[in-house]
Amino acid sequence: MKFGSMMRTGMVAAGLLAGAAGSAFAQGAPIKVGILHSLSGTMAISETTLKDVMLMLIEEQNKKGGVLGRKLEAVVVDPASNWPLFAEKARELLQKDKVAAVFGCWTSVSRKSVLPVFEELNGILFYPVQYEGEESSRNVFYTGAAPNQQAIPAVDYLMANEKVQRWVLAGTDYVYPRTTNKILEAYLKLKGVKQEDILINYTPFGHSDWQSIVADIKKFGSAGNKTAVVSTINGDANVPFYKELGNQGIKAKDIPVVAFSVGEEELAGIDTKPLIGHLAAWNYFQSVKNPTNEAFIKTWQTYTKNPKRVTNDPMEAHVIGFNMWIEAVKKAGTTDADAVIDAMIGIAVPNLTGGLSAMMPNHHITKPVLIGEIQGNGQFDVVSSTALVLGDEWSDYLPDSKDLISDWRKPMSCGNFNVVTGKCGGKGK
Amino acid sequence: MSPKRILAVLLSVLASAALAGAALAADLAGLIANLTAGGFGERETAITALAASGEQRAAPILEALASGQLYVRKSDNLVLIGKPDGNQLSLTEAISGKTAGSGTEAELDRVRVNNRLRGVIEAAVGSLTLMSPDARVRRGAAEALFKRRDAASLAALDVALAAEKDPRIKRAMSEARAASVLASDAPTAQKLEAIALVRERADRDSLGVLDATANSATDPEVKAAAAAGANATRQTLAAWEAAQNVWYGISLGSVLLLAAIGLAITFGTMGVINMAHGEMVMLGAYTTFVVQEIIRTSAPHLFDASLLIALPLAFVVAGGIGILIERGIIRFLYGRPLDTLLATWGLSLVLQQAVRSIFGSSNREVGAPSWMSGAFQLGQLNITYGRLWIVVFSLIVFVTLILVLRKTPLGLYMRAVTQNRPMASAMGIRTPRVDALTFGLGSGIAGLAGVALSQIDNVSPNLGQGYIIDSFMVVVFGGVGNLFGTLIGALTLGVVNKFLEPYAGAVLGKILVLVFIILFIQRRPRGLFALKGRSVE
Repeated sequence: MKFGSMMRTGMVAAGLLAGAAGSAFAQGAPIKVGILHSLSGTMAISETTLKDVMLMLIEEQNKKGGVLGRKLEAVVVDPASNWPLFAEKARELLQKDKVAAVFGCWTSVSRKSVLPVFEELNGILFYPVQYEGEESSRNVFYTGAAPNQQAIPAVDYLMANEKVQRWVLAGTDYVYPRTTNKILEAYLKLKGVKQEDILINYTPFGHSDWQSIVADIKKFGSAGNKTAVVSTINGDANVPFYKELGNQGIKAKDIPVVAFSVGEEELAGIDTKPLIGHLAAWNYFQSVKNPTNEAFIKTWQTYTKNPKRVTNDPMEAHVIGFNMWIEAVKKAGTTDADAVIDAMIGIAVPNLTGGLSAMMPNHHITKPVLIGEIQGNGQFDVVSSTALVLGDEWSDYLPDSKDLISDWRKPMSCGNFNVVTGKCGGKGK
Repeated sequence: MSPKRILAVLLSVLASAALAGAALAADLAGLIANLTAGGFGERETAITALAASGEQRAAPILEALASGQLYVRKSDNLVLIGKPDGNQLSLTEAISGKTAGSGTEAELDRVRVNNRLRGVIEAAVGSLTLMSPDARVRRGAAEALFKRRDAASLAALDVALAAEKDPRIKRAMSEARAASVLASDAPTAQKLEAIALVRERADRDSLGVLDATANSATDPEVKAAAAAGANATRQTLAAWEAAQNVWYGISLGSVLLLAAIGLAITFGTMGVINMAHGEMVMLGAYTTFVVQEIIRTSAPHLFDASLLIALPLAFVVAGGIGILIERGIIRFLYGRPLDTLLATWGLSLVLQQAVRSIFGSSNREVGAPSWMSGAFQLGQLNITYGRLWIVVFSLIVFVTLILVLRKTPLGLYMRAVTQNRPMASAMGIRTPRVDALTFGLGSGIAGLAGVALSQIDNVSPNLGQGYIIDSFMVVVFGGVGNLFGTLIGALTLGVVNKFLEPYAGAVLGKILVLVFIILFIQRRPRGLFALKGRSVE
């Protein structure tokens, strides 16, 4: 006993010495981690969960002794679903609280709003949600899916397995659905789908009267060829949309709907029995069976003291991002932003679907793409899964971005390198 | 015949029956083993084989598979059908149909199906159930085969048609047969006959069949007939579409009416700009949720009545909070519209966050009672019961409110205070009390709207925000202080919106309606029906 405790003391001392490479005064002071998720307003429904999962991860890491011999401390701020406030809160986190890294944002518009702040103050942001691509920043790590990790495999699945020939692209009217639909439209045309076989429809945020749109979809779908709906409908509008589908008797085997923003959390408010067979494409489902995932679900349900609490894809993205950051900090031996950003590339950590996800030079990660069908219990059955896919930040299907690549390794260190002109700084950001 | 011989014959018959049974079971076991092993591709072959076997047990097994109730027990690899029974599953053996106790999901592996397989199963079960004794099952099978239009089901349909007695089912079956003929390589004359039969249906499904035939047929005569049929069907459907838009407009209008009618009282007759009106609607919806939760846990048989129980409670909760708000805040702010606006807006944020703290930020599930689920067909109009009841309910609320205002003493006091406060006060009416009750009535009606809206929208803390702007629009458009104006305004906006939506899209449609109202208010600042009189101060 005595010997053991002496050993432990010795090890702690060694750890402290190792950590002392930076400033001797930082000794023992906790490392601050910023959490920038809306806890009120429209997006609170989705983002509150991510705040909780971050708090849980930080608590778990502290139980393991923190990192570099120092504890982690969460700094939670509430940007209240207000996009300009995201930028202010990000500035507050970086300047006032001097956090080592920030985990946050959900909507693309909030990410666009904080981007200049992170670039100006040289912070680190981990962004956990599937997004439209067409962006790469040195200060942002994109742990959610790019369009080629979600939208395109989903369309491929429907083409191959359900022989879909007509497409309805329905989305909420903002940047993510519009860009994704632009990419999908270009991709479908490349695959020989005719213009008259594509119907694009946008609705405002929080749209609640879906009667005529669902009737339109029904009409479009009764033209003889198999039809599918690709839905980038976001947030609250999904519940009345799915209710209307059920009411008007659109069954998944007639017109399947594949959604990119509907996960376990969103289904929690709906009776899913009329929706059995509608699809969603993600990189993670709670129903995936493997020991890592089962352990994670158990920890989460214990942490939230709710045995029915569900897990979802953006949560997995935060788990991956957080573990990558921990590894990068260990590798760099410091929390200094430049050192950690350089150390991040090439780090691989286990994801929750039973594989390894790696951070690539374009600040996107490798993940498998899973297609799931909704079940009566609000969970998804995986009907198709791919090998690891690397997120492609600049879509190959858009004329403006097909020549661009991003590589943040030195000496290139460029987010929009044009392979045709050989210069850094093409179109886009 | 001696008794001995009879016994011998009997025994031999029994033995052969038992033998045949055993052989059948072995066959079935093999088919089912194929069903549960392998990937989706192999499963599809197994389903077709099982359906073709003509086994008695095939239909229930396939139906269980389609609904995700077919399991393999992990311990002994036995294939079971599991029906949910509380937290457990009550199990029956798939092959024999014998009960096999109960089990939990954890002990079993569910046999998975995808959309494609569900389609295959439906068609397979369709040809198996064409001869079912239940008329509704036969009819469903015929409908499924019509949509499937597979030449392979022709044989089964011919047999079933010969045996069918019910003329309506017979008709459905001959339509299904016609659709199958069009998918087969039957001679031109038969196909033309089939087109004529399908054309008479004149609905979306028959249009699909005709369009597909017009696209794929090689025979020019068949092609032309199918195209002509499709065009005629399209014209019929266009007329129905206009009717459908009117119905959707009325339905949207009734939702607007419900949300706005409470505001027509507080804003319309009292002149209070109540930004927290939407939150009263939200409170009504959460009351419904709480009522349903209690019913689910303690009296499940009352579930169908849950909305009726929730109605008075929602009225009392929202009305009570309305009275508290009036007594606590608004009465100090009469005659200061800007202050009222800011105070009630702040209050709406407080109420939202309070609900978020108590119930959590995620959506709550409010179930639909059975009499509000589903839809019925009126010609080519698809009318959902939920929407129909909301239209009826909003009209009931409207008429009741008119009666309260016209025929009760409270209504008389309210009108008196609205029209001339000092005179009403001089006549002995306690105006502050009437103010509180009026505000409570308006809020209570918003609570009732919440019960109805919980059926079609998210029950989340943001529920009310989506309706507040629309409500003000309806009240201002209809004419402040005039209930009939609110009714006409709501229905007009609903119908206009639904006619614009297919052409302009939902986003532009909303913008156009807003622009229209702005222009309208420029011409008639007091709305459709201007009230003569004076509002409070």
